[in-house]
Amino acid sequence: MNTSPGTGAKCEVLFTVNGEAKKLFVHPMERLLDVLRNDLKLTGAKEGCGEGECGSCSILLDGMLVNSCLVPVAQASGASIVTIEGMSAHALMNPLQEAFLECGGAQCGICTPGMILAAVYLLEKKPEPAPADIREGLAGNLCRCTGYMQIFEAVSKAARRRVTK
Amino acid sequence: MRERHIVGASVPRKEGWDKITGAARYVDDMVLPGMLYGATVRSNIARGKIRKISFDPSIAWDQFVLVTAKDIPGKNCISLILDDQPCLASDSVNHPEEPILLLAHTDRPKLRKAIDAVSIEFEPLPPVYTIEESEQQSTIIWGTDNTFKSYLVEKGDVDAVWKEAAHIVEGEYFTGAQEQLYIENNGIIAAFDPENGVTVWGSLQCPYYVHKALMALCSLPEDKIRVVQMETGGAFGGKEEYPSMIAGHAALLAMKSNRPVKIVYDRMEDMVATTKRHPSRTRHRTAVSKDGKLLGGEIEFTIDGGAYATLSSVVLSRGTIHAGGPYYWPSVRIRTKALATNAPPHGAFRGFGAPQSLFAMERHMDRIAQVVGISPAEIRRRNFLKPGQTTTTEQTIREDIDLDRLLSRALELSLYAAKKTRFAEENKTGMRKKGIGIAAFLHGAGFTGSGERHLNSLVGVEARADGGVRVLVSSAEFGQGTNTVLCQIAAEALALPYESVAIAQPDTTVVPNSGPTVASRTAMIVGKLVQSAAKGIQQTLAKAGLLGDHYTREQFHAACKEYIAARGALKSYARYEAPRDVYWDDDKYRGEAYGAFAWAVYVAQVTVDLTTYAVNVDDVVALQEVGKVLNPVLAEGQITGGVAQAIGFALYEKVVWQNGRMINNQMTNYIMPTSADLPPIRVFFEELGNVHGAHGAKGIGELPMDGPAPAILNAVEDAIGVRFHSIPLLPEDLFAALRPEPLEQDSPSSARGSA
Repeated sequence: MNTSPGTGAKCEVLFTVNGEAKKLFVHPMERLLDVLRNDLKLTGAKEGCGEGECGSCSILLDGMLVNSCLVPVAQASGASIVTIEGMSAHALMNPLQEAFLECGGAQCGICTPGMILAAVYLLEKKPEPAPADIREGLAGNLCRCTGYMQIFEAVSKAARRRVTK
Repeated sequence: MRERHIVGASVPRKEGWDKITGAARYVDDMVLPGMLYGATVRSNIARGKIRKISFDPSIAWDQFVLVTAKDIPGKNCISLILDDQPCLASDSVNHPEEPILLLAHTDRPKLRKAIDAVSIEFEPLPPVYTIEESEQQSTIIWGTDNTFKSYLVEKGDVDAVWKEAAHIVEGEYFTGAQEQLYIENNGIIAAFDPENGVTVWGSLQCPYYVHKALMALCSLPEDKIRVVQMETGGAFGGKEEYPSMIAGHAALLAMKSNRPVKIVYDRMEDMVATTKRHPSRTRHRTAVSKDGKLLGGEIEFTIDGGAYATLSSVVLSRGTIHAGGPYYWPSVRIRTKALATNAPPHGAFRGFGAPQSLFAMERHMDRIAQVVGISPAEIRRRNFLKPGQTTTTEQTIREDIDLDRLLSRALELSLYAAKKTRFAEENKTGMRKKGIGIAAFLHGAGFTGSGERHLNSLVGVEARADGGVRVLVSSAEFGQGTNTVLCQIAAEALALPYESVAIAQPDTTVVPNSGPTVASRTAMIVGKLVQSAAKGIQQTLAKAGLLGDHYTREQFHAACKEYIAARGALKSYARYEAPRDVYWDDDKYRGEAYGAFAWAVYVAQVTVDLTTYAVNVDDVVALQEVGKVLNPVLAEGQITGGVAQAIGFALYEKVVWQNGRMINNQMTNYIMPTSADLPPIRVFFEELGNVHGAHGAKGIGELPMDGPAPAILNAVEDAIGVRFHSIPLLPEDLFAALRPEPLEQDSPSSARGSA
């Protein structure tokens, strides 16, 4: 189930990834996750489950947080895609990264890129999230290491820092 | 000289920056030129003889690399303890999903079709699926009696206590299989060339386990096998022994094709084929005095090991030693066994047998309290181990542990007494019943008994001409903080800043064998060796007259530069030395089982919803004595993460078996806790210190897996007065036990849930 179909005609797909225009010749039903990882060498998005449960493959597609394992690449045609690699200039990244390091928000790190994108998405919508907002906002991203407590703390700390700045 | 201590400070995770930027490299992020993808053709029956393998002619088989057992240059086994598990089944299979044949191709999607185009004819043999069937021995599937290992622990004269007992309390308890569910699936890349031999890169815990297994399988000498650990996305024991199997498969394909081969499992394959926590059954029969003192007991602990011996004997050992809990038993007889069934082998998972036997002990203590007529807290107070007393294996408690005080503090932190009263009142009405439960437990750090002596671990520290220091260990980082705490220890020992110390990527051509990264041994055992090896660098420089007692970072740099210019490399090694006063008898299973124990009392609060039959955990207080806390943020993260997994073990995570095969092998229907499911997990430490560990550290990683499940089930009983003896406890189990009128057909799976 996790392997992109290898048959059928390839087609041209154009989209922007991390601000750069890309033209690819791919199978339309290939998973966006595989195109990002294999064709574009953007390996920050990870495959955890291949069925949209774990959120490790999270990316921003036209500003929406999506599981890239569930998106056929043809569906991303014309879209603007942002992966963890394209986030370094984002205003929320610095506070989030610092808070994740300080609070122990990353352990094995495999869910972390997705978790950080989910946190960015949450804080863009809700700059001052209540604890329940954080729990709900991250509920699509599974972490097996932390028990989430230190991730909640990191997101909350990043939000406070940005608001007070 | 540095002023502040590094050990004990929450310095940031060494590899943290790479992880939060997505730059960290996991095995599936790595591509080698000319690389093929490998796949595994597996058994679809539980037990039988392989009659015929045929290949659908519609596939262009000449484009594929094919490997069967006949292609194995060395011994067809995954070398571990008993060497009974084949790398590829040749004439018979003993569990569903057993590997039979390997395929490789450049195009991943073509592999899936090719797997489907291989058909294997079997002559089925009668299988054994449960502990009960296995112990009946009407079908023998392993050895002469289906028994991988058994232990007998005897202390005092238990046969004499039954006469004087005021109460005899019996109970039977069950725990289910549990999937480790690391978010990164298992994966290995192997490459081969005749000159250098086999190199593997992978997601793994124990580089030298893989090294040993590949030597035997590939029939290559030590220096022709190289194992490199990549960043590893969670492990929890699930990458202790199984990576040797995948590495073997990838290596065989690489040797046959002369090209690099990547095998990365998808989630379904990982869940259906790889190891899980051993299912268990524990029986207690306990003699108790009128005032609630344990007089003696018989404990029978049995685990389902699956089809091959793998690590079951060691898991059983830990479960055996922890079976009596943190209590003083004047007499006890513990009989334990690991049995064979035709399921994929069960294996290492955080806690390693202890969560199973401690679940039984801590549920049973609540039962004893009811029979005696005293509170759950009081029954524990009256029986806690005290300094000077001995454990079930007659290990004398030498440390100054005060479990009574630990319990009192946990009860205060959780507002236990007030809540108990309030819930009793509130539960008289409404459909949402609240309860609160306790678990007291211990966890031994390091290998059991003589294990550390046999491991004979070696650790290195090297200093470079630029004054940078590098720790050389085979201990792997997989989230738990190995890199960070070992660098902290080395920096502290050398009085250098944390930033001056790095850790080598585990690579068997670079790092010595410091043992496997398991058994809560890294901080305590390996940490102590790192400390000693680091001190060795300083002593070498001092002996050479290049460094005084007190020095600045710059002076240290200058000394290293001068030493290396004059004499070459500056490395220092330290080898494990068993403490002299430690006695262990492997035959009688008696003596000092562990160098140190961590101690804990956890309190869980739950709500049982009688409308939905769901149990919700509302609060967990996790109080533990773990020796010196080397890094508070990392230590807390170990506890919260372990508690979360243990909540899953208790209430969510059910492996559904059908003919020896897991049928819910997806994250959609094997449910682990999400951020929305978990209560506040409140972590508290006490630090007593420990003479065997670096700076007094003990093990910490596995401990939090032991206590939450019994505390939660004790709380459920407190809430609704119904005794459950089996986990996972799912809403359907509550429904089966609580519904007013039984439905016409009882499903067999629900019968166990409400013993």
